[in-house]
Formats: sequence, structure tokens, C-alpha cells
Amino acid sequence: MNIWVIIIIGGLLTFATRLSFIFLLERIKVPDWFRRGLRFVPVAVLSAIILPELTSPNGTLVLSWRNPELLAGLVAILVAWKTKNVLLTILAGMAALVIIQLLFGHFGI
Amino acid sequence: MIAKTRKQEFWGGVRDEAPILLGVVPFGLLFGALAISAHLGSLASQAMSAIIFAGSAQLLAAQLVASSTSGVVILLVVFVVNLRHALYSASVAPHVRHLGTGWKLLLSYLLTDEAYAITITHYNREGDAPDRHLYFLGAGLTLWSAWQASTAVGIFIGAQIPASWPLGFVLPLTFIALLVPALKDRAGVVAALVAGLVGLLAFGLPYKTGLLLAALIGIITGLVIEGRQK
Repeated sequence: MNIWVIIIIGGLLTFATRLSFIFLLERIKVPDWFRRGLRFVPVAVLSAIILPELTSPNGTLVLSWRNPELLAGLVAILVAWKTKNVLLTILAGMAALVIIQLLFGHFGI
Repeated sequence: MIAKTRKQEFWGGVRDEAPILLGVVPFGLLFGALAISAHLGSLASQAMSAIIFAGSAQLLAAQLVASSTSGVVILLVVFVVNLRHALYSASVAPHVRHLGTGWKLLLSYLLTDEAYAITITHYNREGDAPDRHLYFLGAGLTLWSAWQASTAVGIFIGAQIPASWPLGFVLPLTFIALLVPALKDRAGVVAALVAGLVGLLAFGLPYKTGLLLAALIGIITGLVIEGRQK
């Protein structure tokens, strides 16, 4: 799909969501399961993207300690958990990736 | 209480929104730079900020475009991730019901997480003043301007960064930084673990539909566990 189609339809969907109740006011109530389910959307979507991305950086599954992205990702998870700081997490993850790749390249492991 | 003038309402919204920009601008910079490194092109990257105008959905879309996910899957992710705005819509609806269609369309476009948070707090505290929509407009436009400007600067920075830098890894790291602090209780943790695991197992499904399946099963798992705890 063309990137512009994604941007325009994605924009319309987002706009329609924001407009929904402002326009339909009180004709529909927000169902309880919807309200409760929304809480899990970000954690489920993020996790569903992160885990495959870390374990298969080049499109094929590498579940091993020789996968630098997976190791650096684990470092980032630890830093995110300890600091709750976005910038620190990104910096620690990038530093870990560079160092691990250097080590692997240097020692040929 | 004396009603505030139209100017006071508008600038009140601008002033109250300003401190939040400290947290918003870095994400705009990040999005601009990463969208460029994901080869979205500068015009499309800026257009995404103007047309979709939703930070987390934009970052996710940039990542998914970079990993050549099918367009339908990207659109579904954008839609689901932005569904929370329906709650904001329901919550501000009583405060804007007196307005005409033009105002409703404009304010809906500006209904982001950050504009909503500031506006609804103000409405709950101050009650419904006659020109309250101008406060909403002030807050919304402030956020809009900062988001467009920081995206533009991010695009500029992204274009200066050598292509050899492993910037592609910054997006998953950003997602980790957003996910981990959001895991506050058992239901959330299990929802994330299940979604991640299903995402791994379903990795081979065509057009990355495994992502949707994983997210859906994760959400349902969270709901079931939360239901049991009650």
C-alpha cells in the first residue's frame, strides 16, 4: 500500500475516532468492556511488536545469546524498569548494541 | 464569578498546555528523525504529523513501514492504538454540545492525549464557562504547533545523520521505554507477556497479521485476568 494512502486513511480513522462521541453524544454509551479493554491495548501492541523485533532483527528468528539486538533489548528493559526514563533507556540500549556488536566482531564469538 | 473574556480563555489554554510541551517535543524530534531513517521521506513524515497527529501511532506506523508490514495491518494498528480517543471524545462531548458543526470538527481534530488532559482538568475545576471552547482551542493549537515544529526539526536532524548509524534500533528501544513503566499490575504484565509470546509464535503468518492476533489475544487475556481478580 502506498504510504500516502496509509497516512490519509490512518488520519481519517483517527479523526473519526476523536469525533465519534462529540457527534453522536449520548445516543450511545461507552460499553464497560470497551473501557476496560483499552487499558491493555498499548501494552499488548507494544509487546507484540517488540518481542519479534528483538528476536528476529533481520527477519529470521534468532533465539540465542549471539543475537546482539536481543541482548541489548534485555539491557534496555532492565534500564527502563529501574529508571522509567525514556532517554536513558534509548541511550543504554544503543550503547549496549554497539558494545556487544564490537565484542562479537572483535573476538569472533 | 466574572466570566473570562474570549482572549483570557484562549491564552489560558495556551499557558496551561505549555509545560506539557517539555515531554512532547522530544517525541516529535524522535519521530521526525526516525521516520527519515525508516525512509518515509520528509514530506510524508511531516504529513503524518499533520494528518494522523497522534504520536504513539505515528511511531508504530514508522516502525511497521520500515519492517515492510502490509498497509491493512498498519491501518488496523493505528486504529486500535488510537481507539482511546473515543473515551476522550465521550468525556468532552457534554462540554462542547452547544457548539456548531465547524467547531466540533476543529476541536475533534485537536483532541490529542495532551490537549484532552489539560482541557478536561480545566473544565472539571472551573465549570462550564460560556467561551470554554476557546480554552480547548488554545491548548489544542499549542500542542499542534509544537508537534509540527518538532517533527520538522526532527526531519532536518534525521537527514544529517549518516545512514551507517544503526538508528533502526531506536524505535524498538523507544517502545521498550514506553511499555515497561506501563506494566503496573499482574493483568497488564500477563497481557504483555502473552501478546509477545503469540507475536513470536505467529511471526511467520503472512503480512505480519501475527501482530494483530498477538495484540488481540493479549488484550483478551488482560480482561480475563482482571475479571477473575474481582
